[in-house]
Amino acid sequence: MFAGLLPVVVVIALALGAYGLQRAEVIGPYWLNVLCNMGINILLAVSLNLVNGFTGQFSIGHAGFMAIGAYVAGWITYYGGLLIWNEVPVTPPEGWFPPQVWLFAAGCVGGGLVAGLFGWLVGLPSLRLRGDYLAIVTLGFGEIVRVLLQQTGPVLADAAAVKDAGLSSAMALGGSLGFVSVDTGLGLTAFNNLFWTVFFLGATILICYRLKQSSTGRAFLSVREDEIAAQAMGINLTRIKVRAFVIGAVLAGIGGGLFAHQSGNNLTPTDANFVRSFDILIPVVLGGLGSISGVVLAAALLTMLPEILRNPGEYLPLWPWLGAVAAIGIGVGLAIRHRRALREVCFAVAILALAPVLLALAGWACKKPGWITEKGFELGEYRMILFALLLVLMMILRPQGLFGVHEVWEMGKLFKKKPPKDPMGPAPVASALNSVASRGGGRL
Amino acid sequence: MTDLLQTLVTTIALGSLYALIALGYTMVYGVLKFINFAHSDIVVLGAWTSLVFAGWFAVGEGAGAAAPWWTGGIVLAMAMLTCGVLGFTIERLAYKPLRKAPRLNVLITAIGISLLLQNSGQSLIFGPRPKPMPPLITDRPLATIALPDWDVNLAWYWLLLIVAAIAAPFMVAKAKWAARIPKWAYVAGPAAVIAGVLLLNTTDGGGQRQDVKILWVDIAIVLTAILLMVALQFLVYGTKLGQAMRAVSFNIPNAALMGINVNFVISFTFVLGSMLGAAGGFLYAIKYPLVSQTADAGWVLLGLTAFVAAVVGGIGSIRGAMLGGFLISAVQQFGIWGVKQMGYDNAPALKDLYVFAVLIFVLLVKPEGLLGRPTREKV
Repeated sequence: MFAGLLPVVVVIALALGAYGLQRAEVIGPYWLNVLCNMGINILLAVSLNLVNGFTGQFSIGHAGFMAIGAYVAGWITYYGGLLIWNEVPVTPPEGWFPPQVWLFAAGCVGGGLVAGLFGWLVGLPSLRLRGDYLAIVTLGFGEIVRVLLQQTGPVLADAAAVKDAGLSSAMALGGSLGFVSVDTGLGLTAFNNLFWTVFFLGATILICYRLKQSSTGRAFLSVREDEIAAQAMGINLTRIKVRAFVIGAVLAGIGGGLFAHQSGNNLTPTDANFVRSFDILIPVVLGGLGSISGVVLAAALLTMLPEILRNPGEYLPLWPWLGAVAAIGIGVGLAIRHRRALREVCFAVAILALAPVLLALAGWACKKPGWITEKGFELGEYRMILFALLLVLMMILRPQGLFGVHEVWEMGKLFKKKPPKDPMGPAPVASALNSVASRGGGRL
Repeated sequence: MTDLLQTLVTTIALGSLYALIALGYTMVYGVLKFINFAHSDIVVLGAWTSLVFAGWFAVGEGAGAAAPWWTGGIVLAMAMLTCGVLGFTIERLAYKPLRKAPRLNVLITAIGISLLLQNSGQSLIFGPRPKPMPPLITDRPLATIALPDWDVNLAWYWLLLIVAAIAAPFMVAKAKWAARIPKWAYVAGPAAVIAGVLLLNTTDGGGQRQDVKILWVDIAIVLTAILLMVALQFLVYGTKLGQAMRAVSFNIPNAALMGINVNFVISFTFVLGSMLGAAGGFLYAIKYPLVSQTADAGWVLLGLTAFVAAVVGGIGSIRGAMLGGFLISAVQQFGIWGVKQMGYDNAPALKDLYVFAVLIFVLLVKPEGLLGRPTREKV
């Protein structure tokens, strides 16, 4: 009965462990920032994967939901803090879990719920139709959110003004300057730390993992594979699509709450725009439309991308380790027969392991004066062009993404049992069935 | 009232522009059944290439100076040609390999192409800052209509009269005795009423006079757009090639069986859509001469507006796109006017909100649009 609770306990334990490392200052401020941002990016990508990967609907305005979550969470912590404690702290108060931090957690959840409400409002009209409409509606939605946020008034600075304003303080979100009070120069407090990042990220991954195993998740996948067949199986298409979309929006809103309270981030309306949405979208397409672990790995890699390109020299020495991982991946992949899914996972891991090394090499070569251009240039400035080319190439060469719908943990099956050796080779029907089952995310 | 008439002038100018851009969306949707996300970027490139070409003519030294009238035509033709070639290349390299792929893959490719055009245009070719378009057309108004500052209540009655004059032919046409009315009267009657109202009010009404300006730019936009739309109408409904396009949009395999070169027709449709988009970009650049950088969010919203126009008119329908362009522009401009009347100063900033609201409304109520055919998915 309590077996289902075990993963929850594991997530909390992991979060506490990571927080412990942070408190003991094993992790320095630079890596703390990188790790938190990585966690937030992974969370956002995994939540988008629920819509784009599992259900096959294409949303490209995820940053809009993120921004709504971020602003609602910021509204709760900033004005709530002013009303309750009469101050906005510059840094979070001392202690493991000061009371202000619980308000922050509540703010994240509240932001998620409001984002989910907007997801419902946007998803319901557009998801009744075919996929293309959702893409353009969400694209427009993100931009509209940005325009509306730019119209908001300046941030209120003291508790008395907040009391006067009441709920209309929701219109005082800083406009295009971002969520910073002009009078005091104070913005949102950087409440986010490794505990909350790991906790919410773990919860998101757990929700997606459980969904993928559940009947709802199988309905998502069936809608993605063939809408008409799914409808014939008695699935209410609109309801299932809207459900996936709303869950994705809620999770994105939570991610936005974390993003707003991460140190180094200044929350502005431009965080709702399409550039940000594409940053969330790329790992989903790259990692695999429907693969949780693939998206996690790809999002982690893409968070590191600017860091790698900024200091390519620091990452080049990693090549023996990553090269070894890639070699093992390719070797195991070549050795596996009869299990195409596992072989593809091996190759995908190898590619993702090689990518940082190749990126560092490319960034290093571009920086070097006289190698590619006279003065040398920062490859990082051309990030969006790289992403665009990557999208087009992926669609032509491997449209399902590196991992497809397969997961890294499916590698465990390698050690379990071997398929019976058949001297005639697998029967065509059986292999076709197997491929259908594996495409649908079922057991191999 | 002056504001209202000025809004009407802007509506017509912008509406023909939106219609041009919407045509590109609707034609590609007609033959390939997917939304060409890169279309708005073709529009952007149309604006930027016409900026570059206009710069070659080195016009616009000094205020008020403008090139001879034919430079605009040459710049327009060059921009349309460039974007046509670009559209052809994109179709061949990116979309053709995916002709049989699932819709999602085509969609992602289109988004990738869109990103590629935006960012390579910004960081490799045109630079990351907005640039002013050299003036190709004089900024003096063609006409100023002087209007007395009317009593607000009276203005509404005049407006009602104009609306009634426009609506009357549609009402009358259904009556039994309609056959006895000569056809030209349907147009001439309302025109006479509107002209009369305007004339009556141009004479001094005793109040303070305000001017409604009709700029040469607006005239140029409307004329160019109408010319291109008439040409398109002739091409699609009056030539063999247009017949082939309609056949392909109806059913690709059957069109191929009838001996139509489907690949050629699809490429041609792309080129045609891109050229119209480029014309839209050119007209946008002469209307709003500060051309934003290619990855600017304003372009995305322009594309969204034109797309909504295509959806409102019925996506896949050419006449629908033209109608939708004017409707959307009316919603946008009169939305701005109305919100301003209500006392909100920053009304223009919200113009995309009205368009988005229309999109949601249409998707909820009539997703096939005004002139579109409802489609049904079949196995």
